[in-house]
Amino acid sequence: MTVPAFGSAANRGRSPVSRGLAARLRPFAVVALVVPVMGVPLWLVVVTAAKSQGEALSPDLSPPSEWRLWENLAQVWQQGEVPVAFLGSLLVVGPSVALVLTFGSMASWILARRAGRLNAVLYALAISGIVLPPAVVTIVLLLRQLGLAGSPAGMIGVYAGIYLSTVIFFVTGFVRTVPLSLEEAARMDGAGPARVFFSVILPLLRPVLATATILICLYVWNDVFYAFFVVGGRLDTLPLNLFQVANAGLYLNNWHLIFAYIILMSLPLLVVFAVAQRRIISGITGGAVK
Amino acid sequence: MQQTLARPMTAARRAPATIARGRTHPMWFLVPAFAILFVFFFLPTLFNFVYAFTDWSSFKSEIRYAGFGNFAALLSDGTLVTALRVTIVYAALVALFQNLFGFGLAVLLERDTWLNRAARLAFLVPVLMSALAVGYVFQALLKPDGSVNGLLSALTGREVDIAWLGSTTWTLVLAAAIHAWKWMGLSMLIYLAGLKTIPEDVTEAARIDGATPWQAFWSIRFPLLAPAVTFNVATALLGSMNGFDIVQALTGGGPARSTEILNIFIYRTFGQGLFAQATAMSLVLFLMVALLAFPVIRVLRKREEIL
Repeated sequence: MTVPAFGSAANRGRSPVSRGLAARLRPFAVVALVVPVMGVPLWLVVVTAAKSQGEALSPDLSPPSEWRLWENLAQVWQQGEVPVAFLGSLLVVGPSVALVLTFGSMASWILARRAGRLNAVLYALAISGIVLPPAVVTIVLLLRQLGLAGSPAGMIGVYAGIYLSTVIFFVTGFVRTVPLSLEEAARMDGAGPARVFFSVILPLLRPVLATATILICLYVWNDVFYAFFVVGGRLDTLPLNLFQVANAGLYLNNWHLIFAYIILMSLPLLVVFAVAQRRIISGITGGAVK
Repeated sequence: MQQTLARPMTAARRAPATIARGRTHPMWFLVPAFAILFVFFFLPTLFNFVYAFTDWSSFKSEIRYAGFGNFAALLSDGTLVTALRVTIVYAALVALFQNLFGFGLAVLLERDTWLNRAARLAFLVPVLMSALAVGYVFQALLKPDGSVNGLLSALTGREVDIAWLGSTTWTLVLAAAIHAWKWMGLSMLIYLAGLKTIPEDVTEAARIDGATPWQAFWSIRFPLLAPAVTFNVATALLGSMNGFDIVQALTGGGPARSTEILNIFIYRTFGQGLFAQATAMSLVLFLMVALLAFPVIRVLRKREEIL
């Protein structure tokens, strides 16, 4: 896949003729790549989700003899308990992201501004979760002892614990680029630390907070592994329902319903992405390559 | 904005801590974040070191000390070594594929034409999709009577019925490629951003000095992509070592457990009620990642110093 790309990059700047040829061939290479690599899987999802059960028994790329996408979506909507699962997902994603962003940036401000050994140790501890995997099994035990087992609060806490490190890593790096003089000016005017943080620092963090929001929404919205351990069977979320439903007898050999569910589940993120794609792309890249 | 602020940053970092930081940057700002981290992250991790050495299970209510029993059992039937090997091979392959694909796409789609923009958006769709969904889609595509074999049959004119997901050697490679397929759009974006930060005149100067385009690319532009490479390799490695959804939906760990990465093992033993064994494996994953992560963190730190 990389070979034609390197070749064409290497061709740049050679004689005008070859440059023109490479430049003219490149769009065809792009199309020839996108169609099989992206088009085929996505087409399979759409056509299979629009077929009847008999036709979808062995999913292939042929168009359905009769499009029944809406009927299948409606059936999944009811049987897969999509509204409940959608609310469950929202109930978990919203608070986790809000919690992680607020507390994460508060901590990042201090970690970025203070110096000394204690601070270095605290920073290392705070970002260790980027690398270290969470202890999924013992979390269940702990939540049971805390009386939070299977509850949305427990799930939110677990997600917050997992993703705080990511936020602190991104935001601390960013706070260091904010000049101290801005804070000092506010302090001269008599603002206390809380005031300085919430009305001077926090607004400046918007670009990096946008990046973090996108990444964490992506992870949490699509997570099934941690949700299985923490709330499996007690709270419905979209991925958890897809998982249970695809494993259960009801959906065995029901590829049309599995793919209809996949469409329903991906739609919210795709819509958000379609509306805000430019900001999302610049947000992701801005935060990662400083 | 970030670039214009880069200079004050170094000044701010080196500023002597003459101000009374306790009053201007109070420690209580750290409390909520560390409270959450402590309860929901550090405490369960500590529990890992305790309960991995017990006989905790769903079959009885009391939990007793069992020494290294769990590890001995996992070692003696070969599960531990196999799961570790499968996970490391999977992670390495994902890191390799995801970066090759992402880098190739970035170079191919570097120029801002409308077609390239559209193609970039297309490659971002899998990033947004749930990993579980990606696994199911490819399970359907790669069935012996699935679309991939169908397309190959149509192209070659012969009947192709490869059991893509039935090989104890190659299915793992395929799973890694699919993981890379899902995330290559993100890697592409990071590489594109990296390429954009390199000014035109740098490559222009190299060309005037007589460098061939090939040389100019590999010795001028590629080294300048170092931060993007670090970020992409690190995230790909960590993401795949913690992987679960794609492989679970694709193969469920089969055939013959040849794709059973650590998290699938943990999920399966937990489902069987063997909590202590699942905890022991979770501890193994923790230790493995911790050991492999230190070099990664060092590289990340070094990158911070350079910039």
